[in-house]
Amino acid sequence: MPIIEISCYHVWREISNYIDGEIDPELRRRMEEHFKGCEHCSAVLDGTQNVLRLVGDGRTFELPAGFSDRLKKRLEKDLGG
Amino acid sequence: MPKDKSGRTLEQEIMLIDRVCAGETHLFYELISPYERQVYVAAFSTLQNEADAEEVAQEALLKAFSHLSGFRRESKFSTWLIQITINEARMKRRKDRKALYESLDKQNTDEEGDYIPKDFADWREIPSESLERTELKQALQRALASLDGKYREVFILRDIEDLSIAETAQALGITEASVKTRLLRARLQMRDALAPGYDGAWSLGENQWKKVRPW
Repeated sequence: MPIIEISCYHVWREISNYIDGEIDPELRRRMEEHFKGCEHCSAVLDGTQNVLRLVGDGRTFELPAGFSDRLKKRLEKDLGG
Repeated sequence: MPKDKSGRTLEQEIMLIDRVCAGETHLFYELISPYERQVYVAAFSTLQNEADAEEVAQEALLKAFSHLSGFRRESKFSTWLIQITINEARMKRRKDRKALYESLDKQNTDEEGDYIPKDFADWREIPSESLERTELKQALQRALASLDGKYREVFILRDIEDLSIAETAQALGITEASVKTRLLRARLQMRDALAPGYDGAWSLGENQWKKVRPW
């Protein structure tokens, strides 16, 4: 089956769904083809995936120091446990 | 058998819930402790302030305790906690809006038009050791703070806290389609906010961000 080309504009609109696997196989194939030939869009894709790798490692947010102790005290006080 | 973040099974979690409901209130902290960070981050995603997020996290967990017997078990306990937290955080924000949050909260624009990426710099390489760096963390925080509230909430729940699209929709009380639309905008904006930093301003010593600009 021939792969119908799609525009950069269309690719950007779907790039997040592409990353999440939320698109149908046909569109995925067209996007993959597009990334092969389009430096801009593949830079956007790689950069976006980098962002997700950066933030997804669980170290972006840490609990403030003493958070758990204060929470436990609050629960003890208010729940009488 | 699926286990949660504390390594306990779903059955064990349900047993804990039952015991707390039956009066063993001292077990409540054990029940929620695997999720205390998620609850805090959910509050922070709306409030953007540590002290407020902590206060709201505590209030939300107390509220969760008092409504525990009403927890419908078809959803994940963690999602339920996050949902309560988001509601508490939004209530607090509404209360404080007149003073602090007015400038942060630009939710008046409801239309979600297409977002065009601004920067096509190529920054494919990310060394893992850089994750330790405070400046990176700060850059992430700044980038997050630059997002409108509705995009930031979705991004934090889905991409930082790793909720599914369905869970994110449930926690925020919006449709899955809205989650996807907002996620797209949030991710592209995060990329645009972070890419220029990588492209020069705080490049890391020997680390060679490829500074390729296609034009």
